[in-house]
Amino acid sequence: MAVGKEIRTQISSINNTRKITRAMEKVAASKTRKAQDRMAASRPYAERIRQVVGHLANANPEYKHRYLTEREAKRVGYIVISSDRGLCGGLNVNVFKKAIKDMKQFADSNVEIDICAIGGKAVSFFRNYGGNVTAAFTGLGDAPKADNLVGSVKVMLDAFDEGRIDRLYVVSNEFVNTMTQTPTIEQLLPLKAEENTELQHHWDYIYEPGAVEILDELLVRYIESQVYQSVVENIACEQAARMLAMKNATDNAGDIIDELQLVYNKARQAAITQEISEIVSGAAAV
Amino acid sequence: MAITVHCDIVSAEQEIFSGSVQFLVASGYNGDLGIMPGHAALLTTLEAGPVRVVKENGDEEVIFVSGGFLEVQPHRVTVLANTATRARDLDEEAAVKAKEHAKELIANQQADVDYSRATAELAEAVARLRTIQQFREHK
Repeated sequence: MAVGKEIRTQISSINNTRKITRAMEKVAASKTRKAQDRMAASRPYAERIRQVVGHLANANPEYKHRYLTEREAKRVGYIVISSDRGLCGGLNVNVFKKAIKDMKQFADSNVEIDICAIGGKAVSFFRNYGGNVTAAFTGLGDAPKADNLVGSVKVMLDAFDEGRIDRLYVVSNEFVNTMTQTPTIEQLLPLKAEENTELQHHWDYIYEPGAVEILDELLVRYIESQVYQSVVENIACEQAARMLAMKNATDNAGDIIDELQLVYNKARQAAITQEISEIVSGAAAV
Repeated sequence: MAITVHCDIVSAEQEIFSGSVQFLVASGYNGDLGIMPGHAALLTTLEAGPVRVVKENGDEEVIFVSGGFLEVQPHRVTVLANTATRARDLDEEAAVKAKEHAKELIANQQADVDYSRATAELAEAVARLRTIQQFREHK
């Protein structure tokens, strides 16, 4: 029967798409769990190092580190973290929107902007959008190594050391829960000393080898760990967002198939009715 | 009950150890140092090498760190490791091989060999072996 051939092929092609989106949803679901575990695993380091830096800031060291001193912003740096791959809803777009909105404030007051793009989507976006991309890193994979990120972070830290940028921000997604990811901007440099009420009295560490060397190294580590933490968190966001996007796609595919099936059935029924009436009227004529 | 202090050993990628300890030995900037409860506040860099902790119940654990920081506060000891591995997870054969390889590189110095890097590799391989040795002794 030739009725609704197009509709039948359309249904089967949507059915295939649904199979793919469903598989992607399942994969993303299991990866989300792993990414969340990884996020939880790297959190203690970030927290501890934050505490140590907080203590240092409060311990009145004889040396004021350049990362801790505020200076006038003539040029600012952004580290924008995105996913490597798409098909994860509005996740990356939201981050870019947030970043661009923030950058506009600086651009309006004639402050120049450097960008360090992490993740394939950020790299291609800022290449098209036209920003001064000084460092780029792609191919994070599911379990990025801290060592791999160090290079691109170092470019920005060096720029800060040499006074080429006066502030450094990191833009990435914050993992609220599986359903919600919010884009956030955090200031990395200069560091904001945390107010700590419990350690108000004057005390200081014994430093080995010396406060200056330790602070130098520790603060660099601190920044690296913050960026690493953001990257790991962004991966968890990516997987969760993909899971959601694919679930929606699967549901939508189901709806469209139902609708098409109805149209197909109606068309077939109409064809049968027409045939019968033709036969009946033919028989009546005889 | 033994006097203890809370100790955390964390690397960038995971938390390795967290709990009360009676005693802790680490390779600091100025050589090995032992920390007992009530130690003065201290902040030092760590060299690649073993960190040995004596837990509350007297059990010992040896953990390899590739460098990092040690922070001592009156009620808390924190080891911020660049990378950390439990001694029982270390691969002795690989460490020996790495050591030999690094030695070779240093011995037949050619123009394209990064000398400082080879030395660092050697130091790390030796530190790994030292960790394994210590792990055996205290098992």
